[in-house]
This record gives sequence, C-alpha cells and structure tokens, in this order.
Amino acid sequence: MEGDVAGQVPLVDYLVLGEDPHLVANECTSCGARFFDRRNACAACSATDFRKAPVATEGELRAYTIVSFAAPGVPVPFVAGVIDCDGTSVRGNVINIDPDADHVKLGMKVRLATYVLGVDDEGTEAVGFGFEPQE
Amino acid sequence: MADDVWILGIHMTKFGKYPDLDTVDLAAEATMAALADGGVTMKDIGVLAAGSLMSAGLGMGQQVQKQIGQTGIPVYNVANACATGATALRTAIMAIKAGECDMGLAVGVEKLAGAGLLGGGGTPKGEKKIFEPHGRYGAVTSVDGRIGTETMPGVFAQVGMEYLHDNDYGKAPFELFARISEKNHSHSTLNPLAAYQKKMTLEQIMGDVMIAYPNTRPMCSANCDGAAAAVLVSGERLKTLSAEQRRRAVKVAASVLSTDPWEPACQILPDVNTLTRNAARQAYETAGVSPEDLDLVELHDCFATAELVHYDNLMLCEPGGAVDFFESGATWRDGSMPVNVSGGLESKGHPIAATGIANVWEICHHLRGEAGDRQIPDAKVGLAHVIGLGSACGIHVLERSAA
Repeated sequence: MEGDVAGQVPLVDYLVLGEDPHLVANECTSCGARFFDRRNACAACSATDFRKAPVATEGELRAYTIVSFAAPGVPVPFVAGVIDCDGTSVRGNVINIDPDADHVKLGMKVRLATYVLGVDDEGTEAVGFGFEPQE
Repeated sequence: MADDVWILGIHMTKFGKYPDLDTVDLAAEATMAALADGGVTMKDIGVLAAGSLMSAGLGMGQQVQKQIGQTGIPVYNVANACATGATALRTAIMAIKAGECDMGLAVGVEKLAGAGLLGGGGTPKGEKKIFEPHGRYGAVTSVDGRIGTETMPGVFAQVGMEYLHDNDYGKAPFELFARISEKNHSHSTLNPLAAYQKKMTLEQIMGDVMIAYPNTRPMCSANCDGAAAAVLVSGERLKTLSAEQRRRAVKVAASVLSTDPWEPACQILPDVNTLTRNAARQAYETAGVSPEDLDLVELHDCFATAELVHYDNLMLCEPGGAVDFFESGATWRDGSMPVNVSGGLESKGHPIAATGIANVWEICHHLRGEAGDRQIPDAKVGLAHVIGLGSACGIHVLERSAA
C-alpha cells in the first residue's frame, strides 16, 4: 500500500510512512467527522460510509502536559499534547524540544516528525511520530 | 409514580486505609449506618443499587445483602467509572420514581489505598520481540508515552491547560492550579472524615513530586479506601414517617446522568466539558434553581486542573471566566460560592465508587445543619457533581427540608 517502506513498520496503522510521512483518518463521507480507529457508523451523524483522508502535518499545540511519572517501561519525562492540525485534533508527543515549561508553550506552532523507536528481533524498524517546533 | 424523592439516611465511612477490612465490610458499614441514620431497616428497602468499580464483576449488591440482610429485593450492580456512585444513587431514585417501590438503597465502595498511578501501561514483556499490528489502531507496541499519555494525571492536566489555551490565559499555569489545591487542602483541615487533613502551603504543593505538569502529587486525587451509602424514600412514604425523619430528610431536587455527545476532538482528549454543561443545564431546570441559588458545591476535582474547568461547566461563573472567578476568592469556604469544603478529592480522597455518594453526603450534612466546624451557615441548596471518563457525568441538586 501507499507509504510502505521496506524494513519499516509504522507504530500505528494511521501513520503513513514514505517520502511524505503523514497521518490518515477515516472520514465520514456524510458529515466529515474524522476518526483514527474504525467505526461501524459515524459517532456524529450515524452515516456508515467512510473514506481515507490525509491529516495536515502542521498544527498548533492546544494543550499539553509534561509527564514525569508513568507506568513502568515508559521513559520520562515526555511532553504529551493535543495538536490542532488544520481543524483535526491529533494526540501526540511534542518531540525535539526540552521537556520543560520554559520551552513548551500553549499555542506554539508544530509539525509532524517521525523517528525510529526500535528494532524487533527480525530487524524490522518501528517508526513513531511526534510533533516538533516549527522554529 | 412518585413525584419527589428524598434522602432519608446517608453515611460515609472515614476515608483512609483499612488494611483489615475488605470492600464488603466497608460497604456493609456504610449501609448499616445509612439505614440507622434514616431510622429504617433492610425490611423497608425495596431496591438496592451498588457499585465497586475495581471489583465490578463480583456482585457487590448481593454481597452486601449477605452481610446485612437477604430480603430478595432486586439488585442492580452498576459501573460507570468515577460516576459509579452517582449512578447507583440515581438507579435507586429511578426505581422509586417509576413507582416500583417507595424506599431504596444505594451504596458505593472502593479499596484503592496504595493503588498508585491509574491508567496507562508500559510495553508488555514477550518472549520474542516482533512488531506486529494489534488492536484498534494497529499498534506494533505500547503507545502510552509514545502517542501522548494515558495516565489520569496527564489527561486531566491537558484538560486544564486546554481551558487556559482557549481563554487566552497569559500567565504561568503552575501557580494558578497549585492555588486551587491549596484551597482544598486548607478546607480539609475541618473535615475529620478526610483521608488527609493537612494544610499545605503553596510552596509545599509546588515543591512536591511532579506527576504530570502542572499537577504535583498533592494536586492529584488521593487513592484511599472508603464507602458511602444512602437511603432514598418517596415523598408519599416520607409523609408517613416521624417529624424528626421529615425534618432531617433532604430533597433530591434534580438527579441527572449524561454522557458526552460527539465533539470533533473528544476521541483525542476526553471532553469533560460538554456533558457536564448539559447535565448542569438540565439539573438547574429540573430543580428550578439557578447557580446563584447554590450555597455550596462539591465538584469533581480529581485533579486541581479539573476543578477550574468545572467552575465554568457548572456555570458558577461567566463563560470563560473561571480564572477570574477563582482569583476573586469566591470558591473558598468564606467566599460567595464555596466549592469542595470537604477538602475535595485531592485531600478527602477518591475511593472511586464511593465518591458520587460521599459528595452527596457532604451536601446533606450542611443542609441538615450537622457539619460542625465546617458548616456553611444556613445552607439551603447544594450541588454534587462527579464525572467518570468514558464519559459519564452525574449531578444531584439537593434542598433542605422545609419541615
């Protein structure tokens, strides 16, 4: 499929890899509501037809937290946030930034970035995504 | 069909640590005390609704019956996240309203002392690591910490930060939210049933262990053990009871449960706002009161960041005005709209399924004039609010008896 890269898998199925990495949503053809997982009917209007829709790769940080205490196995600190990508809300980490309140700001402009988060026992790389400052 | 429903008896255990008691013991203690408070016995009760979120499959209602009286009445075991207690209360209220019986019981209990962080999970340990897609998002490994956070302190931190973003708050968020926590910890010193009754300075709160910025540990709800129970009665049946029972009875002026309607961002960050506003609107209309009529409010401060947004959601302030409202001092116990005079979930504690009845107990305590040192003078009307992620919101508006 589009975005398949040999030796790599995306962290989640709504991340499309390749030359132009981006997120893709299931969009209701009736009302335009977007979902990152599968739905039997639209939660907004109950219509049942969906199409794949690319999500803007630039956005604004609407909310964030700097997590210092997490479940075992989750590296801390990290910045978790909600990014408004041209009208579509996306959950993601803010990456490539110092994780403190002096650097992370509400309303800051960010863009999608990908990174290799690990390699499995067969040599396949998993690629994750986050949002980095535009400047 | 019953026109009105009253709280005849109600009780909460002290919240804290009970290493030697199990959930059934705690639920039975609260239930027996609520029956005694109402001057009735299990023989009077026609329906029982029970909640215990962490052991939702164990049939808490039947276990309570076995502990204190098996009379064969219908039991509804309910689970609705942090709104479980309010849901149990409302289930008993609905049965009475429907005319199925004229007296009912609701109980909520939880053992959470030492539970630690709720929500979230790390990478599962496997024999061999192979990246294969799993679950609804086709994730090849754990996403917690990689795509945002699933921990409750982090989720609710974002809820508060989003409010500041949407209302163009320009100052440092940390101190603002810490000051809300300072208020609730100060209030808790007057509540002997609170898990923690320790006054904390702003410096202590801000200097404590950071969990998820801007929430430090004392800004998070306290995991603890506890139970609360209430006896509900129809207005008709209440008329047949003693003058003392009628005097102490508290009217349920509104009982509302809502879930979140579709909002574009609700799949990304739980929308705790819309369903609370909807429930509040309905509650005020049903009760025939406006926010200004409230003498006190117990709202769901599962984190300091959550309390702020609910000032606005419950329409205690102008839309968008929650920061100014808090900074005016209104929500301190000597302010114009005392909020969480019990100490709130941050210090009283949050044994999940007990919370939605314990909040109502706090309001009833003031309306009956029995709140001792922390009594809000001449309290006539109060509101209790809980929210459980998923989401469910329960609101009860309570009125002092005129008798």
